[in-house]
Amino acid sequence: MFILGIIALFMIITAIIAIEIKDLLAAIISLGAVGMGVAIGFVLLMAPDLAIVQIVVEVLALVFMVAVILKTTHVDETLDRTPLTLPVLAYAIFAIVFFILGVRALLLLPQFGVPIMKVASEYIRMGIPGTGAANLVAAVILDYRALDTLGEATVLFTAVIGVLTVMRKLGRKW
Amino acid sequence: MSLIVRKIASIIGGFIFLYGIYIVLHGHLTPGGGFAGGVIIAGSFVLFVLAYGTDESGEKKRFFIASIFESIGALFFIGIAFFGLFLGSLFFLNFLPQGLPLKLLSAGTIPLSNIAISIKVGAGLFSIFLALAATKYFLEE
Repeated sequence: MFILGIIALFMIITAIIAIEIKDLLAAIISLGAVGMGVAIGFVLLMAPDLAIVQIVVEVLALVFMVAVILKTTHVDETLDRTPLTLPVLAYAIFAIVFFILGVRALLLLPQFGVPIMKVASEYIRMGIPGTGAANLVAAVILDYRALDTLGEATVLFTAVIGVLTVMRKLGRKW
Repeated sequence: MSLIVRKIASIIGGFIFLYGIYIVLHGHLTPGGGFAGGVIIAGSFVLFVLAYGTDESGEKKRFFIASIFESIGALFFIGIAFFGLFLGSLFFLNFLPQGLPLKLLSAGTIPLSNIAISIKVGAGLFSIFLALAATKYFLEE
């Protein structure tokens, strides 16, 4: 848990760097550091399925963004350097309130790693004899909850169609 | 790209593709699955496009093939679901025999669903890459 906290701090710092830095290539690399921190967090929480997906998607997204940067511009021209006392004050007050309430809420949660959900323990008990899949995650996402996977595939399909609609060349009117 | 990058890409690209297929086919046994394997397969194609570059006709052809494969993957996945509906009156019914756990041919329709999702995800991400980064065909007036 202590290492997880250090990684969370590292991710917060790199995210702030990614927002504030002026060179867009450096911002993208900082964003990649955030994604790799998420992947290490998944490994520490013993979720290798999610860690693999996170690493490969992060690498591919990083390649996409670097390729786009190489085709366009390096310099972020939208950064606003006016003094930020009022927003920073508002953020600080919100962070303090969120921290206090969050600590009180987290103390009420059950201990980490103790399952209290009846559905999840049923999946763990019946997963291998019920579906024959040794990987319980595959059994859940493609058998018990396959309809959710269909929805996720639909979301990806819609995202692809949206990107191609924005970026297309054929049929443009302007 | 330079000669070194092209040579290295031609050597390791096939291995990346093979690793993606391994992740997909062992999705019901080991961590991984259709989504991760599909992204790795798309990554091997992205490596080739970045190393060798494209022209307009090549991008058009690649985009056409990628869109066909994405539709095939989506229809394959939906087809598995409707097959379960017709055979056992349940959407996404696992209608194939389960087999022994920890064998490659086990778990009924789960490996087929993994293959369908990997085709869909790989082709979809590769067409997004073509539209965003390889803009000789897209976006050039």
